[in-house]
Parts: sequence; C-alpha cells; structure tokens
Amino acid sequence: MTAVLEVDRLTKSFGGIQAVDGISFKVPPGETLGIIGPNGAGKTTVFNLITRFYTPDSGDIRFMGRSVTHLAPHRLARLGIGRTFQNLRLFRELTVAENITSAYLSGNRYSPFAGIFRTDRHSVVEKKAWQKAYTLMDFLGLAGKGDAPAGSLPYGEQRRLELARALAIEPKLLLIDEPGAGMNPREIRDLVETLRDVKKRFNLTIIMIEHQMGLVMNISDHILVMDFGEKIMQGTPAEVRRDARVIEAYLGEEGPA
Amino acid sequence: MRFFLESKRHILLALVIYAALRLLFSLGIVSEYIEQVVIYVFIVILAATGLNVIYGYTGQFSLGHAAFYGIGAYTSAYLAKTSGLESIFFFPATILAGGLMAALVAYVIGIPILRLRDDFLGIATLGFGILVRVFFDNSDRISEVLGGSRGFTGIVKLTNLETAFFVTVFLLLVTRNLITSRYGLFWRCIKEDETASASIGINTARMKLMAFVYGCFLAGVAGALYAHLYTFLHPSNFDFLRSIDFLIIVILGGMGNIAGTIYAGFIWVGFIEGLRIALPGNILDLRWVFIPLLLIALMMWRPYGLMTKKKG
Repeated sequence: MTAVLEVDRLTKSFGGIQAVDGISFKVPPGETLGIIGPNGAGKTTVFNLITRFYTPDSGDIRFMGRSVTHLAPHRLARLGIGRTFQNLRLFRELTVAENITSAYLSGNRYSPFAGIFRTDRHSVVEKKAWQKAYTLMDFLGLAGKGDAPAGSLPYGEQRRLELARALAIEPKLLLIDEPGAGMNPREIRDLVETLRDVKKRFNLTIIMIEHQMGLVMNISDHILVMDFGEKIMQGTPAEVRRDARVIEAYLGEEGPA
Repeated sequence: MRFFLESKRHILLALVIYAALRLLFSLGIVSEYIEQVVIYVFIVILAATGLNVIYGYTGQFSLGHAAFYGIGAYTSAYLAKTSGLESIFFFPATILAGGLMAALVAYVIGIPILRLRDDFLGIATLGFGILVRVFFDNSDRISEVLGGSRGFTGIVKLTNLETAFFVTVFLLLVTRNLITSRYGLFWRCIKEDETASASIGINTARMKLMAFVYGCFLAGVAGALYAHLYTFLHPSNFDFLRSIDFLIIVILGGMGNIAGTIYAGFIWVGFIEGLRIALPGNILDLRWVFIPLLLIALMMWRPYGLMTKKKG
C-alpha cells in the first residue's frame, strides 16, 4: 500500500545551523507516528517543511504517492494535510464557529458573484459549513460556544478548537504539534481519548510531536526519535523505551532514570 | 431577487433617508453649497469603505488610497470629455470605467507590493500615491485635456443626489454581502494570522489581492462621482493628505465596521465643512489646528474608533 506520507532525505539549515539533516521516514495509512526528541532537535522544523512554511534545502516529500515538495502551503491543505501549531494560532477575534467554517469554506467554494447575490449555491455551501461547524463543536466539547470569540475560550478549549479547525478541512493526514503542552494529567487523559476518537471517526493518519511521554507512548503505533536534526531511531513505543541511544539523548550519559 | 429581499430593511431605511434629503433639497431649505457637501459625504463614504475592506477587514495598511480615487476621477472625466458622451445616459458606463481602471491599476501594482507587510506596505503605497500625483501633475504632456498642474477643467456636472446616493447604497450592500460571504471571512482570517490562514487552505496572496482590487474599485467609482460633482480636478485633490482623510474615517468609524465608516464619513466631512462655516474668515486656517487636536484626543480616549469601545 502507498504510504500516506513519504519523506526522503530532507534537509534544512538556518545560517550555519543544520536544523534538519537528511531525515527520511514513511507513514502508512491509518498509522499514528509520534515524533519525540529534546528541544531544538528539529521536530517542528520537520512539520514546517512538510507543510511548506519552510522551503527544504534538498530532499523530497510525497503525499499519497505524489511529490508535493514544490506546492504552496494552502495547496497542501486543500490536498488534505491539516495541522495544528505548537503555540496556538487561532483567529482570536473571530467566533468559535467562524474559525471552523473558514477552514471548511476554503475547500468548498462559491463565486464572489454567488456571495454578493446570495444564489442557491451560496446558501447550500454556507449551510453545510455551519452544519460542519456544529458537528465538530459537539464532537470536541465546544457545544454552545459557537458565538464566543475564539480568544475568550480557556486554554484547553482553544487547543480543542484548533483541532476542530484542522479537521474542518477534511484532512487525510493530520500533523499535531505538542497537543499536550500546558495541560495537566487529567486533561492529557481526556486528550488521549479525544485523539483516539478523532482518528477512528475521521479515518486519519496522524503525525504528532509530543513531549509528554505518557501521551505519546500511549497513542502512537510507531515513534521516531530525533536529535540534532537527525533520526536516531524509529520503532514501536516498547522498542523506543528500551533503546540506549534514546535514553542517552534524553537523559545524558549519566544513567537511566 | 434575493439580493434585494435580504437587504429590504436597509433598502427601506435608505429610501427614507433619500426621500428626506430630496425633500430638503427640493424645497430649497438648504443652500446649494450644503447640497454639494451632502452629496460629497456619500462619495467619501464609498471611497472610505474601499479602504475599510483593504485595511479594516484584511489588515493591509495603505497610504495611497487617494491615488485610486484620483485614477477613477481622471479616467471617468477623460472618457466623458473625449468621447463626447457627456450625458446622464452614459454616466453609469463612465463611472464603471473609472472603477475598473482603478481596479486594473490596483491589480498590476498589487501583485508585487502586497507581499509586503504592515509599515513596509504603507511605505510602498505611499510611494505609489506620490507617483500618481506626479503623473497627474504632468498629465498635460500626454493629453492637453487632462490639464496637468493647471487642473482638469470643464467636466460636465452629472453627479446629483440620486446618482451619488444610489450608487453608494448599492455598493455598500454589495460590500456587506461580500464581507459576510466566505471571501470576507478569509479577509478577516488573513488579518488575524496569515500563517494559520494558509494552513487551512486559504490562498492568502490571492485573497489579499482581491480585497485590494475590490477596495480600489470602490475608490475609483467614488472618484468618478467626485469628478462629475465638482467639475474640476486638480492633482492636489488626490495627494497624500486625501489618503490620510480616508484613513482617519476608517479608524474613526472602527476597523472592519461598515456602519462605523458611514457615521464617521458624516462626522469627518461635517466637521471640516462645519468649521469652514463656523469660523470667521480670518481664522479659517485654524481648522488645521483643531483637526489634529481632535485626532490626538480621539487616539487617547477611543483608540479603536468612535463606534467600538474596546478592541474589536
């Protein structure tokens, strides 16, 4: 079966710093791949290269068998690569519902003419967008908050809204950057449940960057460990836990925790 | 048509306002000067709404809006004059031509400069505005009719209350519908966060260009109405200070607020023209002391505009 995402010898440097140094991996359909590594290992840079917010120095990215290395960010989103951000990037002044409808409407069009003269096409597409927004809000525990400005939500709900927004583009591949950041253990447990539900319901392939070991070990089928822009190893959570190189990268050479 | 049905409350309100103004004008209660100022207010509101789309909704800082207003004015006046179609019958066509020319120029310069952000875009549009002003100053070398720095004279008067009012109301309704459609939503997304907008599939470059071109189209139409109201154009009508006028109205009314722009248009033009009437002739120039003072006060007490109390 074709991999959903195939990254081939990707490199990126900033000035003299090699942020990503020839990394390669594949993600088969339906898999959840966790990416872990110390701060500055290049994890988020990999996400920014896949979604083309950075231009790779060399290497190739294939999505559903097709090379997408040269495509603009919005084209990748339309093809079905959704993402969330390490530091939330919601449209804070827009309402919760608008944050979601905007994502749906980017791929479901009507012409400016239809918008101005309120044709049937306009009504149909807008109605679907709002249905989508309400479905996603219900699903992610944001019911009844549709009219609130996104910036007014508590932190945990903003995280879930960002997930809802990414899901509204109906992605095949979802890149999630540190979903557990700033959450307490109970919220993390809820998040694990949510991500499991999301994956099943939307038939997704997921790549997730995460520092919270409990979360990432629990949910990933495979884990990729990065350090200094390189892949140290890739394996199942059990294999990663045992690996001496991983322990070294995380804890230094002094010994196991 | 659904466009009119959905807007029937606004259209009704507009008709009432129109009837009141028409009555006021016809009974000769107000002077011709006041009539002209009232018509001018609608023109200014239309142009400022264009800037509101560009800056207030989409967050693209433009200091060259008056250039597009001028392009619309000169294009429409030139067409009417050289083609001999100086009748009310062809007026809609020349107005449209003024708007389309402004939109075309906006499209051509928008492709390179809209990559710039914030103050950089401000400086680029400022530069473009100066360029256009210089072009108008020397326009008599291209065609004697345009008048260059002596001004473009002898334009036939075609703009009356009806044309200015109904063109403006119609385009405000069109703008409102655009703003509440997916396009307006994308513009607001881009204003908040361009990176996030791209991540959900919005073609940010294209949407920014669309907002810019549409906003300049409105300025061009407003310029065409202006040309046929005052019947005389001078390059100094379209310089940097006029761009600032539009900017003040947008900020006064509140960024991303069409109703606010309408009120602010009335307040701003009313204030400037009102001072002209209120102040005795020998201290008339003190207007340019009062106006900046008002702006300073506004920025201190209502930095987000008269209409919005807090950031919105």
